[in-house]
Amino acid sequence: MAVKVISPGLSTSVQDLGRPGHYHVGIPEGGGMDRFATRIANLLVGNNPGAAVLEATFMGPELEFTQSAVVAVTGGELPPKLNGEERPTWESFPVKAGDRLSFGFLKGGARAYLAVSGGIDVPVVLGSRSTYILGALGGHQGRTLKAGDELPLGEGSGKAGLSLPANLRRAGNSPAELRMLPGMYWHRITEAAGNRFFEETWKVAPEADRIGYRFRGGTPLEFVEREQPFGAGSDPSNIVDACYPYGSVQVPSGTEPIVLHRDAVSGGGYMMLGVVISADMDLIAQLQPHTPARFVPVTLEDALAARTEQRAALARAEGHLAG
Amino acid sequence: MSIRFNFGGDEHIFGEVSEEMSLTSFFTGLSMTNAVRTAGIRGVTEICPANASFQIRFNPDIVKPQDLLSELKSMEEAASKADPVLKTRIIELPVYFQDPWTRETCLRFRERHQDPSSTDLEYSARINGYATVEEFITAYSGQPWFVSMVGFVAGLPFLYQMVERKKQIQAPKYLRPRTDTPKLTIGHGGCFAAIYSVRGAGGYQMYGITPAPIYDPTRKVRYLADDMCLFKPGDIVKFKAIGRDDYDATLEEIEANRWQPTVRECTFSLKDFNSDIYGTNAKLMELINGR
Repeated sequence: MAVKVISPGLSTSVQDLGRPGHYHVGIPEGGGMDRFATRIANLLVGNNPGAAVLEATFMGPELEFTQSAVVAVTGGELPPKLNGEERPTWESFPVKAGDRLSFGFLKGGARAYLAVSGGIDVPVVLGSRSTYILGALGGHQGRTLKAGDELPLGEGSGKAGLSLPANLRRAGNSPAELRMLPGMYWHRITEAAGNRFFEETWKVAPEADRIGYRFRGGTPLEFVEREQPFGAGSDPSNIVDACYPYGSVQVPSGTEPIVLHRDAVSGGGYMMLGVVISADMDLIAQLQPHTPARFVPVTLEDALAARTEQRAALARAEGHLAG
Repeated sequence: MSIRFNFGGDEHIFGEVSEEMSLTSFFTGLSMTNAVRTAGIRGVTEICPANASFQIRFNPDIVKPQDLLSELKSMEEAASKADPVLKTRIIELPVYFQDPWTRETCLRFRERHQDPSSTDLEYSARINGYATVEEFITAYSGQPWFVSMVGFVAGLPFLYQMVERKKQIQAPKYLRPRTDTPKLTIGHGGCFAAIYSVRGAGGYQMYGITPAPIYDPTRKVRYLADDMCLFKPGDIVKFKAIGRDDYDATLEEIEANRWQPTVRECTFSLKDFNSDIYGTNAKLMELINGR
């Protein structure tokens, strides 16, 4: 009753929809970085949308099944292969005991989600099966997968051949446009620096993981001069350590913006320029290093409208799968 | 003083009590977050106090951002007027200062430090006006600290020493962060001490190490069975300087799961503290010593 890990891929971990409620002690929400893909993968195999799936980064694992099940791969275009034969993404297909599932090269996006009917049945910790790697919490032994791991499966009953058509998935754009509500410590930089920040095209840096995405290639920020407040530290980008929102855009030393993601560090001493809106967090999860990206300023009303639109898109996809 | 409120995207409200650190600001932030918790507002998902600020996370599908903001603003007056009296606890934590492990790490990353020719302790003692490392450690462990924030990573406390501002120990972070810090290192950056709950990258000056786990995701450590994180904002911590023998003995007790830190319930009044800092601290420390 399990999935055996033959090879783990680059960074593959168990994730679900996360564990809110512990950020005040530094434990982030976690969960699949691309929540839409996480939910749809589960629905395709007949699971609850919050069941645990595998999140594979850039490169897929190789797995062996010890029982029959229905599986589906969503998110980035990481083509699954069953016993060497290619299978479609965004579509459920059956596997039998002894079958091997591997993946071809990544063709688009950055992270794929593999759901198995019944869900990955690792223990629930603080209300979730998600792996918080930095804190060695949850998931399979609190870490990314290794060759030889065996993951237990829950009881499931999915049906093969269910698929989500391309027009119901979210399309990426290039350069990626990350909508952001300016604020937080925006007043710390000059007007010219603020304008440039939005005008310039940045590139995703190699340091891009579940904690956050770093961007480079833009002009360093100019700060408004001030005497640093007591306790803040001497760099003009320093603040008295404060909480970091999910999606917040911090710029250490004013050089490379970092957008915090699902496994965010919960606080620290760097000023933030604002926060990427909730509707664009999934988009970040699918950015590869070196992808061009722009930050686009929006208002709170725009952010809420985008959120409503995102919920409607999810409802259309769910409606299609339920119908 | 009025709180600077700000929307952090569509899911967070950030409140900055003051730009600079002070115990008064911390208490205002803590009063605000306590008031939000007590109010039980529907749609609020995370309530996070920080050093001189706080953050509320919410689901805008359940509570309108502007409504929540108005509600927070209505709590501000009460929170900043409240005579801050906190029912809390004081925890004694043994610390082996000048230990071999942080020293080894400190030497390994010397080229990332402001002063490669001295250790973190020698450097920090000097820039804070202490003649010797021993005097610096006495000051560090002689007066208690407030847990003014928990975070960065799971269970990591930021600590603010309960002394007047001119006595606050300050030290810059490393010029470039280290890629390694031993687990349970006592570090210092800006005016804050921190205890690294897990091994990993870090930029704080390193002074010592505690044998006592402060975060246990497996909940096997007896005093972390209920709450996997030892510290909460508002806790008071007293470092007890120990040597190698005590460190080894304590570690042995911890490995046998027999040890637990000394914890005493206490009440802290900011007004009493401000009128007599060292008298207030002495009373708190008596609770620990008078067992």
